[in-house]
Amino acid sequence: MPDYQLTTSPSLRKRHAKEARFKWYGRIAIGLSLGFLVFMFLAIILRGAGAFSQTKIYLDVQFDEQIIDPTGARNPQDLARANTKPLLTQSLSIIFPDVTQRKDKQRLYKLISSGAVYELADQIQGHPEWIGTSRHIWVTASADVDLYMKGKIDTSLDENLRKLKDRDVVWVDTLKAEGKIKKTFNTAFFTNGDSREPEMAGILGATLGTFFSLLVCFAIAFPLGILTAVYLEEYAKKSWLTNLIEININNLAAVPSIVFGLLGLSIFLGVFHLPRSTPLVGGMVLALMTLPTIIIAARASLRSVPNTIRDAALGLGASKTQTTFHHVVPLAAPGMLTGTILGMAQALGETAPLLMIGMVAFIVDIPGSVTDVATSLPVQIFLWADSPEKGFVERTSAAIIVLLVFLVLMNLLAVFLRKKLERRW
Amino acid sequence: MSTLPKPPLDLTLRHARARTQIIEFLIQLVLILCSLVAILTTLGIVLSLAFEAFRFFEKIPIGDFIFGLEWSPQTAIRADQVGSSGAFGVIPLLTGTLLISFIAMAVATPLGLLSAVYLAEYARPKTRAVIKPLLELLAGIPTVVYGFFAALVVAPILRGTGASVGFEISSESALAAGLVMGIMLVPFVSSLSDDAINAVPQALRDASLGMGATHAETVQKVVLPAATPGIVSSLLLAMSRAIGETMIVVMAAGLAAKLSLNPLDAVTTMTVQIVTLLTGDQEFDSAKTLAAFAIALFLFILTLGLNIIALKIVDSYRKKYA
Repeated sequence: MPDYQLTTSPSLRKRHAKEARFKWYGRIAIGLSLGFLVFMFLAIILRGAGAFSQTKIYLDVQFDEQIIDPTGARNPQDLARANTKPLLTQSLSIIFPDVTQRKDKQRLYKLISSGAVYELADQIQGHPEWIGTSRHIWVTASADVDLYMKGKIDTSLDENLRKLKDRDVVWVDTLKAEGKIKKTFNTAFFTNGDSREPEMAGILGATLGTFFSLLVCFAIAFPLGILTAVYLEEYAKKSWLTNLIEININNLAAVPSIVFGLLGLSIFLGVFHLPRSTPLVGGMVLALMTLPTIIIAARASLRSVPNTIRDAALGLGASKTQTTFHHVVPLAAPGMLTGTILGMAQALGETAPLLMIGMVAFIVDIPGSVTDVATSLPVQIFLWADSPEKGFVERTSAAIIVLLVFLVLMNLLAVFLRKKLERRW
Repeated sequence: MSTLPKPPLDLTLRHARARTQIIEFLIQLVLILCSLVAILTTLGIVLSLAFEAFRFFEKIPIGDFIFGLEWSPQTAIRADQVGSSGAFGVIPLLTGTLLISFIAMAVATPLGLLSAVYLAEYARPKTRAVIKPLLELLAGIPTVVYGFFAALVVAPILRGTGASVGFEISSESALAAGLVMGIMLVPFVSSLSDDAINAVPQALRDASLGMGATHAETVQKVVLPAATPGIVSSLLLAMSRAIGETMIVVMAAGLAAKLSLNPLDAVTTMTVQIVTLLTGDQEFDSAKTLAAFAIALFLFILTLGLNIIALKIVDSYRKKYA
């Protein structure tokens, strides 16, 4: 076989080199894009992983009846409001008996989260029989102690530049040596609402807000989208009206999301006076946004149903409606469902329009219905990202991880449904 | 068995037919009503934006808005002085928006186009089946995640690198927001360009290859020129995305309006201003809140224009090769 490399002219060799280079440009472009994706994921996972554990301090608490429930009535409401701070301070004093100065004591109590008093009150309410006894319990440590335990505070730094002072570090180290401080799985992150204290802040409120919004979004967008698609694909004849509808759908798909938020603000809130900051309005705005996605997907899947099905049904005497709803739509349903799930996944990550309708407030309470004031998961991420507290960086990343997990699950569900149910003709 | 005479056959049939026709009509009516929601939404957007914007222009002359070089809505807070003291010039917001969008496009265009060419022309089907969804993942990630990443990771890196080579880079630089937005836009460019490249008839490629051109030469001199309309429209759509993108710029770009084309400066955008004007508690009638609607109307017209042009180009192109 002749060696082409020898016989080729220099100019041809140059052209071949160019060819190889061109191919590499493409590989590099893809590599850069995907590299960025990996870098972003790694950066967020590394920052957020810490938030799934939480530092707790082991205290020997004496549930003094005089402090908790001086009347002895055991009224649950009073118990939930019990003043538990003295219990915590007492317990800490037992561990550190040599801290006697008032100022030092105050610093010492700062090791414990300021939310721990409410945690304790809740526990007392759940276990009134504890009153009058002494128990060992784990209470949540403050955010600074938490960061130190996770190695995120550089103690070699000048004392004045960090919130956790040298003395605090000594105390924490003492606790560590005695085995009275540990990191546990952070259940509070999944069961609490928002909080000003990073160690008490959780995503349950935001997650439920997202859930309710998506519920409303689905209830509106799914039927509307499917029926619009059925009309355009199965019934409509070419006319100025159908033309106009199609143009509108295509354009709505490209309208910036924030504009939908303004629509919600001035129409849903301004004209109809629906309750502000609620998943109801959020879901309605998201529904209008996801409508084009659903319609486009549903039309594609209706189009993929072969005409022979329609002809057979019509030929056997079925009416247009019977043909459509008994035969064509069921066959197109998997594709429609997949498109809807993908549209909902898009709505899940949407933030800007929700800011416009006021779902951006600091809300501690956990929403119980679509008309309760709420935020959503992406908005919570935005709010925490804005917070100056260092402990929130970790939580923001963790919330992003949770959001991405939801997104992945929805997409996997869509892929699974498509694989499982879709028929190829 | 009853002895009653049967009704004439054609009467029952007529009945049944009439009933079916009524049902069919009702169902069609419901379907049409559902379809009208799309039109109603557009109408709602246009009317609500136009109405509030109109009220804004009653307070601030429209000329001052469109040609004003200064944006400082904060000064107009005193009710008796609106219009005379507050500056509502949209030009600094527009330049800021365009600056960030152009940076984003400068990232997304080469990355997206080269990826599309590679996927459409070179990649084996198996590679393509893996890479394409991965690239599209970039478009599926919520923008609030990009914003967080831009503000927390990219901006400090840029500032650090800038400081080490003697550049003063603002921590809310247009560059950080633009770079991250550019990555987000890669799949918008690559998907549509990929479609456009795939739509180029194989005969054109065969002719070029048959004449002795290399594959790269074929792509550069034959395929890409033939796919230009589709590529241009993909770029326009990506640009319209960039202009309307909100969360990345809210989190990573600045708040203060500055008439600057320096990518290292902190600039603000139209979407950022809408968010800052409308979050928090304000009375609904102040020029400040109304200004947000005026900006939004401007934004809507801008993105709509880009979309219409893009769709027109795609349409004409489709006819050409159909």
